[in-house]
Amino acid sequence: MPTVKSLEDLKRIREEALQKRQVKAASGEANIVVAMGTCGIAAGAREAMKAILNLIETENIPGIIVTQTGCIGLCEREPIVQVQVGEQPKVTYGKVTPEIARRIVKEHVVEGKIIEDHVIPM
Amino acid sequence: MKFYRSHVLVCIDPECRSKGAYEVLDALQDELVANGLIDEVQVLETSRIGGCDQGPEIMVYPEGVHYANLTPDDMAFIVEEHFLKGRIAKKFLLPITSVVDEELSAPTPKEIRIVLRNCGKIDPQNIEDYIAEDGYMALAKVLTEMTPEDVIDEVMKSGLRGRGGAGFPTAKKWSFARASAGTPKYLICNADEGDPGAFMNRRVLEGDPHAVIEGMAIAAYAIGCNQGYIYCRAEYPIAVSTLRLGIQQAREMGLLGQNILGTDFSFDLEVRMGAGAFVCGEETALMASIEGKRGEPRPRPPFPAVSGLWGKPTNINNVETYANVPQIILKGADWYASMGTEKSKGTKTFALAGDVKHTGLIEVPLGITLREIIFDVGGGIKDNKGFKAVQTGGPMGGCLPSEYLDLSVDYEALTAAGSMMGSGGMVVMDDETCMVDIARFFMEFTQDESCGKCTPCRVGTRRILDILDRICAGKGEDGDIELLEQLSQEIRTNSLCGLGQGAPNPVISTLKHFRHEYEAHIYEKKCPAKVCKALIRYEILPEACTGCTVCARNCPVGAITGERRGVHVIDSDICVRCGICQQVCNFNAVVVR
Repeated sequence: MPTVKSLEDLKRIREEALQKRQVKAASGEANIVVAMGTCGIAAGAREAMKAILNLIETENIPGIIVTQTGCIGLCEREPIVQVQVGEQPKVTYGKVTPEIARRIVKEHVVEGKIIEDHVIPM
Repeated sequence: MKFYRSHVLVCIDPECRSKGAYEVLDALQDELVANGLIDEVQVLETSRIGGCDQGPEIMVYPEGVHYANLTPDDMAFIVEEHFLKGRIAKKFLLPITSVVDEELSAPTPKEIRIVLRNCGKIDPQNIEDYIAEDGYMALAKVLTEMTPEDVIDEVMKSGLRGRGGAGFPTAKKWSFARASAGTPKYLICNADEGDPGAFMNRRVLEGDPHAVIEGMAIAAYAIGCNQGYIYCRAEYPIAVSTLRLGIQQAREMGLLGQNILGTDFSFDLEVRMGAGAFVCGEETALMASIEGKRGEPRPRPPFPAVSGLWGKPTNINNVETYANVPQIILKGADWYASMGTEKSKGTKTFALAGDVKHTGLIEVPLGITLREIIFDVGGGIKDNKGFKAVQTGGPMGGCLPSEYLDLSVDYEALTAAGSMMGSGGMVVMDDETCMVDIARFFMEFTQDESCGKCTPCRVGTRRILDILDRICAGKGEDGDIELLEQLSQEIRTNSLCGLGQGAPNPVISTLKHFRHEYEAHIYEKKCPAKVCKALIRYEILPEACTGCTVCARNCPVGAITGERRGVHVIDSDICVRCGICQQVCNFNAVVVR
């Protein structure tokens, strides 16, 4: 724990605490939804899901909720993964291989960069 | 750490277990293994998800989906649908129940939250969360920009008065302790909240401990003392552990201890636990208890500011008083003084209890009326019954009838009306409350808690309770009311401490405002509110009775007789007045006389 030796120290810790809180609030709301209809599973959604879970575990990334949903009606684009970070609009990715799934977590969820060439415009 | 995308809680309470919770658990795990999901879904055993009456039951997170009425054979379906395909198995779904904070709800329009502002908002176990809310900025301001005299002046201007109940101006108390000769000086926080049903201080200690710690550090600087104690009752174990953690974190950060913020000011804190005696909330008894002596009050003067803890000058304030201080320093005395009445400034927390719709903690500006508190903030009387009385100030407060509903809630007005501010207990009573019984209840409490040191309190409260017991038992005599009045007066004037001096208040106020109820008990042997068991009789209305025999079958003492399809009769000599017959009668044929 940092020690406070002056008013400046205290102000600095306050700013850091506020930033931490913002990060916590934002990352706590990162939702990854994997479509797990029969079509999705047949197209490899389980592999995508496993890749996502493995990456979160090995990289120890906090504040992500991974859930699943059924067929969303775009069977030819499966496996489909939807990502929502904080208040930002939901982004839907199609044909998510394990490799793309890992990129989604790393680039989109952690760094905030949407992987444009795999987005399904909804 | 292993990352699971989903967590399943399985209730293994005895009731669920007897319905096969372990079989369901095993089947669930087998199915998860069979589907290759066991590394993704964590199964945990827990207790009490719902009510067990629909068990075995499981709760699935992060969705918060609650499944009930499960059998081992259902697990294959649930695992495939929910965990593999992500579809909620509606067949077993129970409606989602949201978690409600019954103690502290969102503020209503008439409330202003200063003391409770961080409760439920910040993590009380993380000092950084408090600092993010401008925590310890007031202490920094005091240490870097203000002299101790400035601090006392600012608090004086704010008009803050003791929130423990007596309402002594806080700054005046501080200046006495500051002016007092003798070192070292001590600072005490009275967290021995003992009024039945009151939990304002507990909530602050558990939800925002650093506000109290910071307030105490500011007071210590103003007075010139280096050691403080928080006297917290042992019945509040979470408050004690939260405080201890808070003190430890503040020490590690250098916000308590030697040379705080690089200045000459040093201050440290220690938590002392009380062992459950109500009288230890009285300041002299409290100090005796900290010293390791028997918790008994002593005569004042000398006041603690002159000779307190270990005979040294001591300042003692309540939790809520200290919690107000950082905000006054940060936002200024004028801001604080803009709320409240001429003599009672700021806000006060109350624990609203009794027959009111929304019970729980509230924080309102002083000067609000009792009507606004009970009907606007509290939502009115439960079950649309009528209002009868409100008791403010805990067990030593008075009961005020409806004529006082428009009374301004401030120190002077409440005292003038025969009650008091107290630490913030507020009990609302509906028109089915017997005021003699209420007086008896509070007298039972104070009699029980009387420490026994002085005779008026020890013997007097016992005698009052005896008389009230007799009146409630239907054995009241002519002259009892006068005797009660005389005893009350003598206990009030001759007792050593606030406990004895306040103990007769419930009797005095109910005698003043509800004298006719005492008279009905004594002379007519009737309890108008139909509460006192010895004075009521259960009867069956012959015209309403259908002879269904439900009452006779449910009577635990066999007091009801009657033929099937014939009118039933209650034998009052056998009847124990439990009221079960009235509850079970489908035709409203049972009445209380």
